[in-house]
Amino acid sequence: MMGKKMKGLLSKHEFYISLVIVLLCIMIEIRSGQFFTPNNLVDLSSALIVPGLFAIGAFMVIVSGGIDVSFPALASLSVYATTRILTDINYKGGILLPIVMVLVFGALLGAFNGFFIAKLKLPTMIITLGTSSVFKGIMQGVLNSTQIPNIPEGMKNFGTAALFVAKNEQLGLTSRMPVAVLVLIVAIGLAFFVLRYTMFGRAIYAIGGNETSAYRAGFNVGRTKFILYVIVGAVSSLAGLIRTCMMGQMHPTNMLGMEMMIIAGVVLGGVAITGGDGTLTGCMLGTILIVMVQNSLILLGVPTYWQEFFLGALIIVGTGISAMQVLRNRKRLVSKKLGEESS
Amino acid sequence: MAQSVIKVVDVKKSFGAVKALKGVSLEIAPGEIHCLAGENGCGKSTLIKIISGVHAPDSGHIEFGDKIYTKISPIEAIMNGVQVIYQDFSIFPNLTVMENIVFNSELKDRRKLVNWKRFRRIAEQAVDRIGFKVDLNARVGDLPVADKQLVAICRALMFNAKLIIMDEPTTALTKKEVNALFKIIMSLKEQGIAILFVSHKLNEVFEISERFTILRNGEKIITGNTSELDDKKFTYYMTGREFEDLRFKPKNVSDEPLLEVENLGLTGYFHDVSFSLKRGEILGITGLLGSGRTELALSLFGISPADQGKIRIKGQEVVIDSVASAMKHNIGYVPEDRLSEGLFLPQSIADNIVISELENISSKSGVIDKKKRRSEIEKWVKELGVATNNPNNACNTLSGGNQQKVVLAKWLSRNLDILILNGPTVGVDIGAKHDIHAILQNLAHEGLGIIIISDDLPEILQNSSKIIIMKNGTVVAELNPEEIVENQLSEYMMGGNE
Repeated sequence: MMGKKMKGLLSKHEFYISLVIVLLCIMIEIRSGQFFTPNNLVDLSSALIVPGLFAIGAFMVIVSGGIDVSFPALASLSVYATTRILTDINYKGGILLPIVMVLVFGALLGAFNGFFIAKLKLPTMIITLGTSSVFKGIMQGVLNSTQIPNIPEGMKNFGTAALFVAKNEQLGLTSRMPVAVLVLIVAIGLAFFVLRYTMFGRAIYAIGGNETSAYRAGFNVGRTKFILYVIVGAVSSLAGLIRTCMMGQMHPTNMLGMEMMIIAGVVLGGVAITGGDGTLTGCMLGTILIVMVQNSLILLGVPTYWQEFFLGALIIVGTGISAMQVLRNRKRLVSKKLGEESS
Repeated sequence: MAQSVIKVVDVKKSFGAVKALKGVSLEIAPGEIHCLAGENGCGKSTLIKIISGVHAPDSGHIEFGDKIYTKISPIEAIMNGVQVIYQDFSIFPNLTVMENIVFNSELKDRRKLVNWKRFRRIAEQAVDRIGFKVDLNARVGDLPVADKQLVAICRALMFNAKLIIMDEPTTALTKKEVNALFKIIMSLKEQGIAILFVSHKLNEVFEISERFTILRNGEKIITGNTSELDDKKFTYYMTGREFEDLRFKPKNVSDEPLLEVENLGLTGYFHDVSFSLKRGEILGITGLLGSGRTELALSLFGISPADQGKIRIKGQEVVIDSVASAMKHNIGYVPEDRLSEGLFLPQSIADNIVISELENISSKSGVIDKKKRRSEIEKWVKELGVATNNPNNACNTLSGGNQQKVVLAKWLSRNLDILILNGPTVGVDIGAKHDIHAILQNLAHEGLGIIIISDDLPEILQNSSKIIIMKNGTVVAELNPEEIVENQLSEYMMGGNE
């Protein structure tokens, strides 16, 4: 029984990625002695909020067999529009209205993606590359976007509001755990529930596994995809809003280009790029690893320009391991079959 | 006849200018096993799609008991007890057995939330119904093909099915698995469920079905009792042509062996395989799936090189450790799965023909000589009778038999010495099958050494000059086809485990 459990664990991608994370933690701790300090851990969690939210969206799309490269542009546009409108009317209220606005804008832009993907049945990569440019174009051309240095007070307060403050006695540093971390926790909880306990969530897996079968089984494939992209648009835009609030200013191009890093994290977490396979746990672990490498290599004394190198290496090794696992499983299946035939 | 499960009356359907069905009627009684046969493009799949509600007929109607439909939706078809098991089983390889079985009924009940306990309960009942022993938490993608099919059958039974349509259900199964499937079909019959069994394998039609319907070019040729059917009639109804059994008689056999294999083996797959092949001979290799027959072919073609034994070609000992080295020794291989391994389906027929002789038709600097290319293509299309009016059409526009001819052309254009074919007529119509057999026999007469690997025993018997039977990774018998009959072959293959 114990043996069987161990074997199940060892065949799980999540186990290996946790192992890598633990090893990296220990390495950083040994080199710097600063990793397990309260303020570093809080800093890490705070850095995880935005990539974590993006990753949830990217994860659901990849599981459904698609790939979305438009979410940073989509988020930038909806957050820019929200911030612009609110500063222009000199908004003085709390965070609630900005959140509602950004969710509505995000859902609308997501619906734009979803419409083309569900109706035209074109490859999602092509469509989202296109809409990504469209979103950027609207933001920079139509809205004539510029940096907004003074965002509404309510947004700024939300970005700096602390759940608690962690202190590093040794160095006298303090770090604030943003209230926004609650958004990430709630989002993870919701995503888990939706994916595991709703037919909509299972439909995402089913479509990623075999779209024709999903259609024949009676899933409404088009509607499921449409809703999926609406949700992803809303979640990504919320992530963008949080980032803007935490930075205290709206920088329209600041988020662009994040898509590759986020997708890399999701894939690193064992989510099959071909769709249908992967867990939310894996997705979050992969994202944590990416965020750690980005934030903690400095503690190891690695120059920042080496970060990209390490990220790249990590992705190659990470995806390589899962590719090897697939090969091994296939071999085992063949030999099992041979055994059955001869018995 | 008792009240029928389904009655299809004079159904017509066109797609654009193509008349797929020209007035077809069909009636099936409860508990009847009815075989639907016909060559590719005869309208079989259109008929199934009309019964299951995917397509609406242009005219005619469908009756379920007293209910008459001129047009039926997929949900209405299900409500009337129609279930289709598609050739690819329509499963989700990434999900568990449980989910695969339960999804359809949950969706039909319009449930929004997942209750894993209910899922398990329903799935358990479903697998129990046919006595299927399986781990409900296993990923379906990890199961053997036969189990995947059983998952699809369990799912079909969830809906109070009265008619189960099985689209070529035996294509990917071993003999043993086919027998197991037939047992299940018989037990379904006892429960009063009718089966519409789509197949063009003769022996299966005889074994399982009571009545049959044969379509050709969108018309019903005949419906009748299987007991009144024989080989010759079956082929005639399917194709409208009479074929003579061309038994292969080797002429022009060389004195020297072309290929000699001595104690060849690949650890874990096959061992101690020895045989020799002369020019003008056709060697038939047969055995059950997993007997090592495919792996042997892959070794001879350098895809998974052998690690024991010797290979001699024209008396010279050679090492075949890659596809390139096999090709250097003029060996060609027509794979089992031509769709994924033998052809570039979306590319043109022309490009597929010349792909393996590019160096012969291009200049020294590597530019392709258009004239040479065209003449090569014309030559092979004509010689092998590929049915196309434009070789620039994509390969996937051809039928299975014609695709196989293109694979052959690809290799023959290289002036081979040895041609290895794995399942040369799998999924090919009877007419095209005869053509391919004739082509192979001619090639042997022209001096090629040919190896055919197949589990189609009549094919092996008819086309080989020598047969070897593999079992558990090695050769168990070498036989002369003149001296044996089909039953003896399968006895050797299944043979008591002495």
